[in-house]
Amino acid sequence: MLSPILLSLKIATIATVFSFLLGVFFAYTLNKKKIPGKNIWETILILPMVLPPSVMGYLLLIAFGKRGFIGGFLLETFDLQIIFTWIGAVIASCIVSLPLMYQNAKSAIISMDPVYEKAAQTLGSSEWKIFRTVIFPLAWPGIISGIVLSFARAIGEFGATLMIAGNIPGKTQTIPTAIYFAVESGNTEMANRLVLIMTLFSFALILGLNAWLKKRNYIGRQG
Amino acid sequence: MYFRIIKKLDHFSVDVEYEFNQGVLVIQGESGAGKTTILNCISGLTVPDGGRISVEERVVFDSDGGIDLPARTRNIGYLFQNYALFPNMTVHQNIIYGIKNKPEYRDKDQKEKLLSYADDVMDTFGIAHLKKRHPDRISGGEKQRVALSRAIVTKPSLLLLDEPFSALDQQTKELVYQEFSSFKENFKIPTILITHDAAESEMFADSRILMKDGQIIEGRRSK
Repeated sequence: MLSPILLSLKIATIATVFSFLLGVFFAYTLNKKKIPGKNIWETILILPMVLPPSVMGYLLLIAFGKRGFIGGFLLETFDLQIIFTWIGAVIASCIVSLPLMYQNAKSAIISMDPVYEKAAQTLGSSEWKIFRTVIFPLAWPGIISGIVLSFARAIGEFGATLMIAGNIPGKTQTIPTAIYFAVESGNTEMANRLVLIMTLFSFALILGLNAWLKKRNYIGRQG
Repeated sequence: MYFRIIKKLDHFSVDVEYEFNQGVLVIQGESGAGKTTILNCISGLTVPDGGRISVEERVVFDSDGGIDLPARTRNIGYLFQNYALFPNMTVHQNIIYGIKNKPEYRDKDQKEKLLSYADDVMDTFGIAHLKKRHPDRISGGEKQRVALSRAIVTKPSLLLLDEPFSALDQQTKELVYQEFSSFKENFKIPTILITHDAAESEMFADSRILMKDGQIIEGRRSK
């Protein structure tokens, strides 16, 4: 039972790191710079949130399969296979959690008073320094929300993961896929335990996040 | 300094020209007259549609010559209407923020000099005891002094003050007026002060222009 739990944590953690980097990058670039086709880029980023997991899984199979345009290239150049590996599960989890990360980071960045950036500019800061010292720290509560929700989404990812990574015990079997196949094979004891763990974990994550945000807002109002 | 600024706004165009070399130039006018637009153009935060701006013989903007130096290289101090103190930094971190962007800061001896100058400025303004506090833990008058210290500690060649007294209550205002008068005598930085208040204008102006709908309707040297 430990194996799917550890694997789920590993996949969700790596997926969240990438989704954090990409989410913050896109939130900043698309909302602070003049980018042609901004709405199209944004729609592509949000799409995984509304598309059925099977559609996402199928699209990933096309892209990352042995004959896919990315999968074929990786296999030929680096001898790296994505399909039916934990890397495939990371990609699926990252893509489905990215919209949550992006939306939270975007809200935090656009709701910030632009006067702080202006002040930093007149004080001699480069764009990168303004991002590092002003925008990122001020957007931090929103970014934290994005990280927690992305992690929760990534650890619960099922449909697309099953299609791209399969359900190979010890190799690609995560908690959600293990629950599905435990139920299928009538192993309700295993399913119950995993469901309990998954539910408690997600509950604790969201509870902790809300408590942290509440405390932070409370302190913020004290001034 | 000299400025000729042409900038089209929603309802009218700003078209102004003026030259002054020392003391305080007050730009007086009702809100919406285009006063802040002028400061933003001079500081480099807004790009004028046309004109020429030079500070201490250095051309920072010239539409004909294709010159438009970025705000961070203009060495112009800017005190924003709501002060724009970075909420994620302490008073001391706010004040030395601009100093840290100076190339000399990388030299150990120069760094000591710059930091000790920041301490001197904080002593002059009586805010040394607030060093470790965050902006949300200090009063309006203190915020104003911190923001002014932050704007002048980098030794700017021009200082821009956007309605610096408007956020203060009447009692604090009286005190700050006196402080500002002695600041003017002590530091002697060429300053442009924006206000809608005729009394403030009378108090501080060495020269004054009156603006309406983007145009100078009266410009005189008062002292």
